[in-house]
Amino acid sequence: MTGLRGGARVALLVAAILQAGAALSVGAGDAAPAFVLPTASGETIALEKLRGRLVYVDFWASWCGPCRRSFPWMNEMQQKYGARGLTIVGINVDKRRPDAERFLRQTPAIFSIVFDADGKTPEAYAVKGMPSSYLIDTAGNVVAVESGFRDEQKAGLEERIRALLPPQ
Amino acid sequence: MNRAAVIAATTVPEIPMRYALRSLVLFMALVAAGCATMEPPKPWERGDLTKASMQIDPDKLETKIQQHVYTSKEAATGGYGVGGGGCGCN
Repeated sequence: MTGLRGGARVALLVAAILQAGAALSVGAGDAAPAFVLPTASGETIALEKLRGRLVYVDFWASWCGPCRRSFPWMNEMQQKYGARGLTIVGINVDKRRPDAERFLRQTPAIFSIVFDADGKTPEAYAVKGMPSSYLIDTAGNVVAVESGFRDEQKAGLEERIRALLPPQ
Repeated sequence: MNRAAVIAATTVPEIPMRYALRSLVLFMALVAAGCATMEPPKPWERGDLTKASMQIDPDKLETKIQQHVYTSKEAATGGYGVGGGGCGCN
């Protein structure tokens, strides 16, 4: 019987090692995982450099329908609250850059767009669905996580953004 | 060398039962672990899966027309999703 127990121990060890690979999802109250990603013009945007601003990080892809619908809203938010301290960063996770470029021609964005074809950042955030967005406060902590984009989410999200910005 | 000696020399020496069990369990653990590493694509990796050519039913309208023709020719209905239970009432 000791042989079987030894085997079971090995099996448990293997299972534990495999489990360790699965990242824990980032939720409200967690420190937002850092990222430094390139924009289309070759500059980089680092989350750390945005400390002091309210940051809305949105993971999007050209093949994702709700993402397309979220862009006009994010443009509106950037326009309304950019001056008060909101920065929207759209992280594109397309494997092929031309797909993203075509999307951006059809659906222009006035907020910052960065590219992460390797998927390191969505991995770090353990993104559960597309699109996913993270509202990150001035200290770099996640305050809200949204999965998907539906019209009924807009009002609540705008309310949260407004509440976290300094009064006018 | 007689026949018995040849057989004795070529037979695999008997492995104690516990070693056999242990290696079997280890083998099964490795097989199971091999399956575990084949993860489904992550939410941000589904770009290719969303293509029309990757859908089970890429053209809903065409499927509907095809099914309409099929059911009328076969004088039977149902068997495809929720379109009908074979009661002939739709």
